[in-house]
Amino acid sequence: MGVEAARRALGDRQVLPRDVWFATAAPTYLDKTNAAALHAALRLDRDVAAYDALGSVRSAFGALAAGFSGPASALVVTSDVRFGLPGGTEESSSGDGAAAVLLGDDSTAPVLAEVIGRTSLTEEFVDRWRQPSLPTSQLWEERFGETRYVPLAHEALTRVLKQARLEVGDISALVVAGLHERACAAAAKQSGVAPERIVDRLGSVIGNVGVAQPLLLLASSLEGSEPGDVVVLLGLADGADAIALRVTEAITAYRPRLTVGTQLGRGAPVSYGRFLSWRGSLTLEPPRRPEPARPSSSAAARNAEWKFGLVGPAGVLAEQRGTVATYTVDRLAYSPSPPIVFAVVDFDDGTRLPVELTDVDAEEVAIGTRVEMTFRRLFVADGIANYFWKGRPVRDGAPRTDGRTEE
Amino acid sequence: MSSHGICDRVAIVGVGCTHFGERWDLSLDDLIRQAAGETFASAGVTKDDVDAYWFGTAQSGMSGITVARPLQLVDKPVTRVENYCATGSEALRQAAYAVASGAYDVAMAIGAEKVKDSGYQGLNAFPVPNDGTQRTLTAAAMFSMVAPAYAKRYGVDEDELRGVLARIASKNHANGALNPRAQFRKPVSAEAICNMPAVAGRLSVFDCAGVADGAAAAIVVRAEDAHRYTDKPLLIKALSFVAGNGSGLADPGYDYTHFPEVAASAVDAYRQAGITDPRAELAMAEVHDCFTPTELILTEDLGFCERGTAWKEVLAGTFDLDGALPVNPDGGLKSFGHPTGASGLRMIYEAWLQLRGEAPPERRIATYGKRSKALTHNLGGYPGEMVSFVGIFGTD
Repeated sequence: MGVEAARRALGDRQVLPRDVWFATAAPTYLDKTNAAALHAALRLDRDVAAYDALGSVRSAFGALAAGFSGPASALVVTSDVRFGLPGGTEESSSGDGAAAVLLGDDSTAPVLAEVIGRTSLTEEFVDRWRQPSLPTSQLWEERFGETRYVPLAHEALTRVLKQARLEVGDISALVVAGLHERACAAAAKQSGVAPERIVDRLGSVIGNVGVAQPLLLLASSLEGSEPGDVVVLLGLADGADAIALRVTEAITAYRPRLTVGTQLGRGAPVSYGRFLSWRGSLTLEPPRRPEPARPSSSAAARNAEWKFGLVGPAGVLAEQRGTVATYTVDRLAYSPSPPIVFAVVDFDDGTRLPVELTDVDAEEVAIGTRVEMTFRRLFVADGIANYFWKGRPVRDGAPRTDGRTEE
Repeated sequence: MSSHGICDRVAIVGVGCTHFGERWDLSLDDLIRQAAGETFASAGVTKDDVDAYWFGTAQSGMSGITVARPLQLVDKPVTRVENYCATGSEALRQAAYAVASGAYDVAMAIGAEKVKDSGYQGLNAFPVPNDGTQRTLTAAAMFSMVAPAYAKRYGVDEDELRGVLARIASKNHANGALNPRAQFRKPVSAEAICNMPAVAGRLSVFDCAGVADGAAAAIVVRAEDAHRYTDKPLLIKALSFVAGNGSGLADPGYDYTHFPEVAASAVDAYRQAGITDPRAELAMAEVHDCFTPTELILTEDLGFCERGTAWKEVLAGTFDLDGALPVNPDGGLKSFGHPTGASGLRMIYEAWLQLRGEAPPERRIATYGKRSKALTHNLGGYPGEMVSFVGIFGTD
């Protein structure tokens, strides 16, 4: 997801960052840098630094702070996979998502929103905690956190407005992000910002995406903003972080390939059983076939351009679309999400690649279906995540096979 | 091209084949001893009379010791060979060339596989460490892609093609039902196969080869020595082998309706054997029907019928036991079973029985007595990336 968000943030790759910061509370690895795989998938130069900010939800603001403090442009990628035990509110209110921003000045790319104030307050209190080896958080009685966060929010907002020499009434959009739903709602309500200017937290649509929530909601907010708008991003986690932004003229020319709104509108239902199996909470009957072996680290390193960058013999397949020449559905082979839908894809540069498809209904594939590539974790074996690319039907700009409308 | 062949220079003088199937009761050693023992007896020789051995196994054992130990061979050269599912044919090829070269007088090719001890379904290649970007599809899924491609190219309705493929499986089941050494001995109607649940593309398990344990062997000598061992030797007319370079996987021109490696090995084999009209000259063919679409395509690649017409020939019964050119009269991989390393030699075993008139009347090919040559075809790999063997054998 992080790679996907980063690819969209970088758009047509006219600009490339000097630093990469990757924040998540659901890392694939400890000790080893997770941002390195992201760096490889984005085909960044070796002298572009890539670092992780791992573990806490507040890492998103940490990564932003690091990005702001760097010498030049920085790509900040936030991504999270949220778990809750079956049946609980954490499960029903959580979501998975990723969002990325490119930080820099006009020499990097046209600035869409300029920072006019930043502040951060830190307090130690335990209202939510998770042991590193466990998938889910535990919570203190809700009212405690609320009584701590609401005053913190107020103070951070006051400070950032003062820095920006603005009044509450100048705020065009207020984003309040944080895992404490009650505290976020109360802080927004008591902020003095008019209710229609409070950015929808999308909780009922995608749930709380944790580390990715601040930038996801910021992206959502910017999509509807106009030049001159003041957007305040407020994060409530172990204190409060606030960033005030003024939207520039460049926003009018900025056309994201896929808006947040578009993506929200194209969700597909996933059965609860399948969801639980993806989460590792439900073990499915495996096929009576061997599970795939772990990838060879030395072979993967030799072939990193192919494996991570999908650099083909004639061009970068990751940047292209292709057409299904033939396909099949494999109900026998091992997959974390059976059955495997597989297609022989002819790319626009003339390269052919037989490859697994994802985000797809088997019935929707036909000879001639257009596909694009997406970076995925195919499986984990022996603790090593096998990253590679899969194809998926193109959902924009080309006719869909299922008759749904294209934007 | 300088593929000269060894037409009529080497003869098969003895064969043997175990009952293929889920041989829970037998070890690999047992299977090897059974197949070798029957073959020694068939040729009227002892293990000491055989000068050299070629052993084909895909992954049931390593090195020649896997045969030397159970047979307790003393000071004999034993070479283990592997070439995917064409391993058995490769063993024969090497043994035949060794005899043709003059290096040895008598050589045995023996193939064996103990698949069912893995505990897994299907065949599972030994994993070679790799970068993790290789496909992880089953062979069934890879070959299933032939069906929609063939339907589209030749304008055959996909449901009708489903029926054609079922007809192939049904034919091979009918042949296997008559064969006491076959894994599956139950006739299955095409209608029943069409109603089976799909496991890969539109293929059901009944479109897939039987996964079996088994072993088969053959003894080869110089043709001029053959009559010391038997009155009716099987002369080797052609041995052809092509290892594909994998370009089909990356070639947008490849449309999954033919196997170039097979067509190339067939052309070479026909040239070696001097065959110009295989459909009219061959008495029978054993082809590598790992999946039903494979057999469909093979009958075209091997020149038994024009491209785009195999589906009609299947429906017309051309390849039935009593058809114009019987294909897989012993039941094929589908019904006789597919112990990888043994299958190529199992095909030789059937050619031996049929061409010598030793197949019992109820399962004798309709061409018996009218033609004297048989073709065996063995492949390994997938559409776009395969190895292919074609052999031709004759009684005169």
